[in-house]
Amino acid sequence: MSTTENPTSHESEHTTPESFEDPGLPYHRPRRADVDPKAEKKAERQVAALFAVSIVGTIVAIGSYMALDMTDEIDSIRFVNMMIGLGIFLAMIGIGFGAIHWAKTLMRDHEMVEERHALRSSEESRAGAIQNLKDGVEDSGISGVKRRPVLVGTGLSALLLAPLAVLWPQIGNMGADWNTSNFGHTMWRKGMRLTRDPDGTPIKASDVTIGSAFHVIPEGLNELEHHKIEEKAKAVVLLLRLDPRDLKIPDDRKDWSFDGIVAYSKICTHVGCPVALYEQQTHHLLCPCHQSTFDVSDGAKVVFGPAKRPLPQLPIAVDDEGYIIAQSDFHEPIGPSYWTRLKDTSDGMHADDSEGSSH
Amino acid sequence: MNALARHRYHRAAPVVLVLLLLALITGIAAAVSTASSADAATATTAEDAAEGQKLFAANCASCHGLDATGTDGVAPSLVGVGAAAVDFQVGTGRMPMQSSGPQAIAKRAQFSEEEISQLAAYVASLGAGPAIPTAEQVDPELGDAANGMELFRTNCAMCHGSVGGGGALTQGKYAPNLWETTPTHIYEAMLTGPQSMPVFNDANITPEGKRDIIAYLKAQDEGSPGGLRLGTIGPVAEGMWGWLVALGLIIASTVWIGARSS
Amino acid sequence: MGARVNTAAAGTANWVDERTSIGGFVKFFARKLFPDHWSFMLGEIALYSFVVLLLSGVFLTAFFVPSMTIVEYDGPLATMQGVEMSEAFASTLHMSFEVPGGLLMRQIHHWSALLFTAAIVTHMARVFFTGAFRKPRELNWLVGFTLMILSLAAGFSGYSLPDDVLSGNGLRIIEGVTRSIPIVGEYISYWIFGGEFPGEILIPRLFTMHVLLVPGLILVLVALHLFLVFLHKHTQYPGGGRKDTNVVGLPLFPVYTAKAGGFFFVVFGIIALVAAIFTINPVWNYGPYDPSPVSAGTQPDWYILFVDGALRLMPGWLFDIIPMEWEFWGYTLSLNILIPALILPGLFFGFLALYPWIEAWATGDRGEKHVLDRPRNAPVRTGIGVALISFYVILVMEGSNDIIANLFHLSLNDLTYFFRIGIFVIPALAFWITRRLAIGLQRKDRELVLHGKETGRIVRHEHGEYQEVHEPLTDQERWILVSYDDIAPLEIEPEYNDRGVRRKGYRWDHFKQRLSRIYFEKRISPVTPEELAEAQHAHH
Repeated sequence: MSTTENPTSHESEHTTPESFEDPGLPYHRPRRADVDPKAEKKAERQVAALFAVSIVGTIVAIGSYMALDMTDEIDSIRFVNMMIGLGIFLAMIGIGFGAIHWAKTLMRDHEMVEERHALRSSEESRAGAIQNLKDGVEDSGISGVKRRPVLVGTGLSALLLAPLAVLWPQIGNMGADWNTSNFGHTMWRKGMRLTRDPDGTPIKASDVTIGSAFHVIPEGLNELEHHKIEEKAKAVVLLLRLDPRDLKIPDDRKDWSFDGIVAYSKICTHVGCPVALYEQQTHHLLCPCHQSTFDVSDGAKVVFGPAKRPLPQLPIAVDDEGYIIAQSDFHEPIGPSYWTRLKDTSDGMHADDSEGSSH
Repeated sequence: MNALARHRYHRAAPVVLVLLLLALITGIAAAVSTASSADAATATTAEDAAEGQKLFAANCASCHGLDATGTDGVAPSLVGVGAAAVDFQVGTGRMPMQSSGPQAIAKRAQFSEEEISQLAAYVASLGAGPAIPTAEQVDPELGDAANGMELFRTNCAMCHGSVGGGGALTQGKYAPNLWETTPTHIYEAMLTGPQSMPVFNDANITPEGKRDIIAYLKAQDEGSPGGLRLGTIGPVAEGMWGWLVALGLIIASTVWIGARSS
Repeated sequence: MGARVNTAAAGTANWVDERTSIGGFVKFFARKLFPDHWSFMLGEIALYSFVVLLLSGVFLTAFFVPSMTIVEYDGPLATMQGVEMSEAFASTLHMSFEVPGGLLMRQIHHWSALLFTAAIVTHMARVFFTGAFRKPRELNWLVGFTLMILSLAAGFSGYSLPDDVLSGNGLRIIEGVTRSIPIVGEYISYWIFGGEFPGEILIPRLFTMHVLLVPGLILVLVALHLFLVFLHKHTQYPGGGRKDTNVVGLPLFPVYTAKAGGFFFVVFGIIALVAAIFTINPVWNYGPYDPSPVSAGTQPDWYILFVDGALRLMPGWLFDIIPMEWEFWGYTLSLNILIPALILPGLFFGFLALYPWIEAWATGDRGEKHVLDRPRNAPVRTGIGVALISFYVILVMEGSNDIIANLFHLSLNDLTYFFRIGIFVIPALAFWITRRLAIGLQRKDRELVLHGKETGRIVRHEHGEYQEVHEPLTDQERWILVSYDDIAPLEIEPEYNDRGVRRKGYRWDHFKQRLSRIYFEKRISPVTPEELAEAQHAHH
C-alpha cells in the first residue's frame, strides 16, 4: 500500500495521496470491570457462580447414575439417560461459560500486535539446502561420472513392486471366491413354492385376492444353513393380484402369471432397495429410496424415477394342491445393473433345474 | 471489524434463539400422541339396515348410486365391501368425501357411532364382506408386539414408516400416521385395503397377526427411551435439528464469546 | 503456601525442560496472538465435536460387539423378544436399554457426528467466503478438504455399524453404486463385502475402519492442520492497524486458553443437552437388518443426503425416450447411477479442492494474503460460493423430497420435476443475484465513504433549502470500507511477438486472462482520497 508521508494532508489538493492511510489500531476503550472495582467484583462472583453450577451438574450426573433405578420400562430408561445428560450438560456448560466469562471480563482485552515473518526461507537457507542435497546425491554415488542407471532402475522398480507383496494376497483374500457370476441367479427353482415373508408358509392361489400384496420368500429359505441372508437379499418377491382385465401381458410371458396373479422381484433395478410400496388402485410400485416407480399392470416398466429397466418377473404356476410355485429362476439377473449383466441374462435359465421341493 | 460485528448481531440474538428452541421443544412435547381406546363391535339388526338405507340414500347415493353399485369413474361399487369398509371409511371421516384430491382425507366423523353402524349394516346386507372385528380381535394386550414388529416392517413400514409415523406415496398421495388411529380402524384398513392400500386378507396376515401389529403400534405409545422423537421420520429430521438446534446454539455462543465485554 | 507451590512448579518445569527443552516451545506458544471473531471459532466446533466423538466412542466400544453372528434377542425390549439379529444389533440394544447412560452416550456420539460434519462445512464456507484459502494457505485448504472427506467416511462407517434395516438399505445402495462402476465394479463390490451382499464380514471391517483407520487419519491431519495454522498465524478481518504483515489479537495464554478451552466445555455441554432431550437413530424402531423390509423415510444422515438426492434427481429415461443405461457390445453402462453418485460428487469436490488455484490464476496475485476479504469485495467468489451452496441444498432437498411432500401435502413427483429444472437454473440465478448484491453493497460502501452516514437531522440552509446532515465516517470506519485490493483484469503479452512468431504458453495465459475477466471485468474500486476530497468539496 503506497502512502505519502504526511497522513493528515489529504485536506489539501496538492498533496492528496493515492490511497488512504491505515489509521492504526483503534482507541482501546476500557471495560467496566477495568475501571470499576465493583464491576470487577461482580464479574468475579458471576464466574464463581458458573463454576458452582458445574459442580452441581457433576453431582446431578453421578447422583442420577447411582440413585436412579433403571427398569425395563421405557419411561425409566428415558428418565435415567435424561438426568445423566442434563447433569453432564450443567457440568460442562458451567466450566465453559465460567472460563469464557472470566476471559471476557477479567483477563486482558487490550489487543496486542505481533509481526509476521515471510514464510519463504532465506536465500542462504535455500542455497544451503540445495548444496546439502547435491552433496547427498554425490555421496550416494549415482551422479556425475558414476551414473548407475541399472541400480536406480531396479531400486525404483523394487520399491514400486514391494507393496504388492503385501497387498496382493491381502486384497486377494478379501473378495472370497470372486465368483461374481452369483449376481446372475437366485435360489428360485422350478416347482419351488412361494412362501410368506418372514414365516415361510406356502401361499394358495385362492389366498391372493384382488388388491392383495404378499411379500414372498422361496420355500426352504429359512432352513438354509449358509448364506441365508445373501440368498434372501436376491430372492425376495412381491406377489400381487390384479383384475386380469387391468393386466397387459406380452406374448412371450403369457404363461408367467396365473389369473391376474403376478410375481416380481422386490429388488430395485436402480441401486437395489426393496421396492415395496404398492398402490393397489394405480398398480404402481414405488421404491422409497429413490422413488423409481414401476407399473405392475404393464410388465413393471419404469414410469418415473431413476431406474431404467423393469423389475424382473418370476414365472409362476399353481401346483396340484393349489399352492403357487415358481416355474424357474428369474430369466435375468435381479437388482442393479453391472458391467457384465447381459452375460448372465438368458431365457429359460435354470428352467430345467428341478431341485427344490414340490410335494 | 469488531465494531461492525458488534452492530450486526443484536445482543438479544442468543436469547431469542434459546426461546425459539424452547418453544419448539414445548410444541413437540405437546404433540406427543395419546391413543384412543378400541371400539366395541355392536350387534346389528334388520332395523339398523333399514335405517342405514335411509342414511345411505341421503348421504352416499349421489356418488355411489341408489343401489350402491357405484358410478364409473366417480365412486366404486359397495356391494361386498362389508361392514368393516364402511366402519373404516365413515368412522375415520374419510367418507363422505369433502372434495376431490389425490386421496380422501381423514377428518372428524360426520355421523354418530349409531348411524355408522346402521350404514354398515345396510352395506353388509348388500353382499358378503368382511365384518367389523370384535373387541377381542383388536385388543393390543393379547397381541405379541415382537411378531407384530416383524409383520409390520415387512408389510407396512415401507409406506407408513418404521413405527407408523406415515410417509409419502406418488403424486401427492400419502400413507397416514397411525398413532391416533383406533385399533379397530387399523384392523379394518388391513382387511379392506382402502384407497391406495393393498388388501391384507386373513390368508395373508392372520387375525392374530393383525392383532400383533396393533400391539406393536400400541407399544409406540410409550415413546422413545432417547427422549423426544422428532416425528420418527428418520435422519432428515435429525439432520435439520442438528443444524438448527445443536449448531445454532453453539454458534450463538460463539457470537457471545467473540463479542467484547462492556 | 504460594511460595512452596511456586518452588514445586519451578522444580517440575526444570526437570521436564532438562529432558525435552520444552522451554523454547513454551516461549514460542504461550503468547502467540489470535484475532478475536466469532467466525474464527467454527473450526474449533469441529475439533471439539471430534474430541467428544473420541470420548464417547471409547465408551461405546466397551459394549459394542462388531459381529454379524446371528443371535436371538433376549432383553427387556418387548418389540424384539425372540427376534433373530446380529450380535452387532443385539449389543447396540443392550447398551441402549440395559446400560444406564449407555443410550445417552450413543446419542452424544451420533449428535456429535452430525455436528462435526456440519461444523466442518460451516467452517469451510467461512474460509471460502473470506478468501482465507489464499496464499500461503492453499495447502491447509487441501488438508481441511481431506478432513471433510474423511469426516464423511467416518460418519458413514459409523452409521452402518448397528446393522439395522435403515443403514443396511444404505449399504445396499452403496453396493448398487459400486456395481455400476464399469469393468471393475463387480469385483470392488466383492472386495468390500467379502463376497455377495451383505456377507458376514462387513461389520467387522467397517468397525476397524471406523475406530482405527479413519479416526487415525483424521488425528494426523488435524495435527497437520493446526501446525499449519500456527505456522501461518491466523488471518484477520480488515481494520485499523491490521495488515498483511502483522497479526492483532490476544495471547494464547491466558486469554485463549480460557476462551478456547472453555469453548470445548460449551460444545460438549450443548451436545449433552441435545442428546439428553432428543432421540437420534432409534435403531430399535428400524429393527435388525433383513434384506426384505424397508421403511418410508429411508435416508442417510444429512451429510450423505446430497448423494441420495442426486440419485433421486437423475431420470432413468431422459425425456422418457433416451435411456440413461446403455447396453453395447454385451456390456452395461449405468449412467443413471454413475453420473449422480460418482461423476457429479467428483466434479463438485474436485472444483472445491482446486478452487484456491483457480482463483490464484484469475488474480495473478503472488503475494501473501493475511487480511481477509469482506465477501462483498469479492463479488464473483461470493457468487460462486452461494451458487455451490444452492446446488448442494437442492440436492439435499431432493434427498428429502418424500418428507417435504408429506409435510406440505405436495406431490413428490412434482418436487422432483421442479428440482430437475432447478438444479440448473437456481445456482445460476443464485450466482447472478449474489454478485449483483455484492456489487450493490460495494456501491453503498462508496456512498458511505463519500457522503458519510445519514444522521436523521434536517437543517434549513440560508437560501431555504432543507438538507439532511451527513456525518463523515471516522478514520477507522472509513479504513474498513476502502482497504481492499482493487484488481484489474489480467493483461497478457500478445500472441505473436514482433517477428510474428507465436509465443509459447499463450494459450495458458489466454485461459488465465479469460478467468481474470470473469472475476474482475465488473468491479467497484474503493474510494480514493482524491474522490473523497472532491465529494467533500461539493458539499461545501
